[in-house]
Amino acid sequence: MIQNQLTEPTSRIMLKFGLIGSIVAVYVSAIGMVEVFSERALIGDSFSLGYVILAAGPLGAGIFTARVLRDRLSRRKAAGASIGAGAASSSLLLVLLAVIVLGVIRPEQAGAEVTLRVMFVNLTPGLAELLTFGLGNALGALILILFCTLIGAAGGGAVLIRDPLRSGLVVGVMLTLLIGVFSETVTQVLQQISGRVIINIVFVQKSLRPIPAILVFALGFSLAYFRVPRRTRTRFRQLPDNRQQRTKRGLFIAGLVLLLMLPWLTGLFLSQALFLIGLYILMGLGLNIVVGYAGLLDLGYVAFFAFGAYAMGILTTTTELGITNLTFWTALPICVAAGVLWGLLLGFPVLRLRGDYLAIVTLGFGEIVRILATSDWLAPIEGGPQGILKIPNPVIFGFTLNTPQTMYYLVLLGAVAAGFVTLRLRDARLGRQWMSMREDEDVSEAMGINLVSTKLLAFAIGAGFSALAGAILAARQSTIFPHSFNLIISINILAGIIVGGLGSIPGVIVGMLILVGLPELLREFTEYRFLMYGILLIVVMLVKPEGFLPEATRKRELHSDEPGMTPADAAPMEPAGAGGQD
Amino acid sequence: MLRRYFERFSWVDFILRLFQIFIIIAMLVGLINTISAGRYTSAQWATLVFAGLAQGSIYALIALGYTLVYGILRLINFAHGEIYMFGALTTVFLANAQARSGFLDEHPWLSILSWFLLAGTVSTVVAVLLERIAYRPLRGAPRLVPLITAIGASFALQYTARGLYGAEFRRYPEVAALSGSVSILGFDVPVVQVVVIVAAVILMIGLNGFVERTKIGTSMRAVSEDKEVARLMGINVDKVIVTTFAIGGLLAGAAGVFNGLFRPAGVFFFMGFFPGLKAFTAAVLGGIGSVPGAAIGGLLLGIIESVFPNLILEGLGIPSANQLRDAFAFTMLVLILIFRPQGIFGEKLAEKKA
Repeated sequence: MIQNQLTEPTSRIMLKFGLIGSIVAVYVSAIGMVEVFSERALIGDSFSLGYVILAAGPLGAGIFTARVLRDRLSRRKAAGASIGAGAASSSLLLVLLAVIVLGVIRPEQAGAEVTLRVMFVNLTPGLAELLTFGLGNALGALILILFCTLIGAAGGGAVLIRDPLRSGLVVGVMLTLLIGVFSETVTQVLQQISGRVIINIVFVQKSLRPIPAILVFALGFSLAYFRVPRRTRTRFRQLPDNRQQRTKRGLFIAGLVLLLMLPWLTGLFLSQALFLIGLYILMGLGLNIVVGYAGLLDLGYVAFFAFGAYAMGILTTTTELGITNLTFWTALPICVAAGVLWGLLLGFPVLRLRGDYLAIVTLGFGEIVRILATSDWLAPIEGGPQGILKIPNPVIFGFTLNTPQTMYYLVLLGAVAAGFVTLRLRDARLGRQWMSMREDEDVSEAMGINLVSTKLLAFAIGAGFSALAGAILAARQSTIFPHSFNLIISINILAGIIVGGLGSIPGVIVGMLILVGLPELLREFTEYRFLMYGILLIVVMLVKPEGFLPEATRKRELHSDEPGMTPADAAPMEPAGAGGQD
Repeated sequence: MLRRYFERFSWVDFILRLFQIFIIIAMLVGLINTISAGRYTSAQWATLVFAGLAQGSIYALIALGYTLVYGILRLINFAHGEIYMFGALTTVFLANAQARSGFLDEHPWLSILSWFLLAGTVSTVVAVLLERIAYRPLRGAPRLVPLITAIGASFALQYTARGLYGAEFRRYPEVAALSGSVSILGFDVPVVQVVVIVAAVILMIGLNGFVERTKIGTSMRAVSEDKEVARLMGINVDKVIVTTFAIGGLLAGAAGVFNGLFRPAGVFFFMGFFPGLKAFTAAVLGGIGSVPGAAIGGLLLGIIESVFPNLILEGLGIPSANQLRDAFAFTMLVLILIFRPQGIFGEKLAEKKA
């Protein structure tokens, strides 16, 4: 993208990015994000998330203009262009403002009988007031242009200012905004550690108080300005080897302790989020075997999750649907075995399929399972649309695991076990066979690999992990309903392992933290959750198609055709702080 | 002969064959039971078939978009259902405005034409934007990557529509000129179904002519055959791909209007997801990559979905067969892919390197 712009005239680049920024700003206004989020203050009670969202367009315009022009023009001229781009990005916002005023607030003046709001529900007078900063139309429009120009200038500055100052400012602002956005999470952790006192000092409701905000900014600024992380790393490298070893071990133990303490540090609500993340990591590890190692694209993975959950339900429930009186612990291996069996059964018919066709058949399986589970036909066995109720919680040494905090340990145990199995399998003969099959089925077969058993084992082991997750979920929730096993779960898991980096175990963890953890933490923004999720998926794939923590070989594949790629860049990436998995 | 058979014997094939025979016997048993029980009159069957055909022509139009894009990019455009939704959902406002002002009753055909124009334009614009933003930068990336962007785009488009137009269900107005029924082969068929089927068939024939006869259609086929060679022959591949998306969008928009005519209740932001899946099924059924295949596949899927649950599942003694309608459609998909992966018309993709 940047290469073709070398010949473009400066003014066109400026206008182009200004226009794109303008479209983004109009988009976020028209779908209602600006107005909804304007009620959520970040700092004090006037600095709201709505304006941050509105600023995204002009900011991007300034940043991209400055980035393109940085190498062609002097700093000052590039800064001027990014300011111009910011100003240009106000253009369509002004049009939008005019449309709202004429179409919604005073439709009779434009000769219309109905307001535009019949169609565009979010073009409200409130939005017009936000866009004009409550100052009336004429003055407000001027201020809006000024706002966009300033933000464009800030975007240009974020690229053009010289370095220690630049990174200091950027990190400071980002840190402040992040704490403002995640204030619910931060307050819950603070509540658990210190009670209400500190929260009341730092926050008003969900908003940072001004002075703590300045302190947070100063903290971020000084961390980046004085290059604290890099200095620490350099000092660590300068240590003698045995000291380095000892420090690493210390960090590992600290990480482990933190992992075990986590539910008690974060409180009830966040523990539920942790539980879900763990559950998804467990499933992601299973799907990673099927898709990441064996290269079999499975879009119906939720089916095995459902089999596990229903097996647990039918085996242990105390209602008349229950067929045995097993406890959680005795039923668990049976559930996993049932998952494995179903993996074999459903894997068998698709042995001859490859690529997209495999994806579609498995998707079909997933949907069939969900529809059958919902239907009245199988209701006498598994409850139909009413689901299964009264599934007992796991009991260990007379102690019932019924809170998110205690269940977290169960799921952690499951995920660690799954991670261990995956790690051992990956380096074993079977793992090598999977990867060889992923690269080329025909050649693998010629090399003497039994494709039937290799594929079936991948399906079966992946299904086993998923069934384990399903069984744990059933015991945690005490009830299961068929509509919770829909396609979105399969998609979520697949997206998670691809965003994290296909075929890499730390990647699975990172991917699930992003795609399951973030939406859980941002629950208050529920209306736009899926929108942001979708945009996140697109952006991650455009920017980092290999995922965040890719497997070494895959990363090399994806970048092999890029010029300037040295072997050193393609070298295996050591995951930093991957916790207990390595 | 027999010896050669035993030399090539494989357990997998044998068990798959047994499974196939079992399925066919089960379907036959269901069929015979239902027919011999005489539970439905022939008029009722005809109603089901025509409703199925009308629904099927909607699937077919969406499926054509899938198949064109797949043929050229080998990409399952998961967001295609959302392209269909955007056209249908935008047009509902025009339709209702026309119904309120009385324009619809005065010039019914003119207003339906304007719906087509609007829905087609909106869907085309969305499709082209989608290609430009989400797919073009990823050309040449491994196949999984654009699949994930397609899924992301699907969510993003759904919730963009929700943000723009709100989350409510909206109704298309009843068109007075399309109410009533005509008699075909002695059966009463609602006019709207006939109109939908005929218009869809005309569109499909037109598309086929476009792909087979025109220059850009020829370049589309050339690009789907081999992108690199087509480029060497002087074809502007990017332009061809944009055209493909635009045509797919146009047809999806038309399908959206048909859906509004045929079942007025309920257009909303999530309406594209399941028809999208079904249409993909239809495209695969006909043989993905094949234009006539998608058309026939769509019609066939419509009929299968509407007739077969009653015909076969009830005969097998399964209660509330209509609940299982979707499951039945997907079962057909699975069976066809397992036993005839190339679909009815398609090239044998499963044997190729995916």
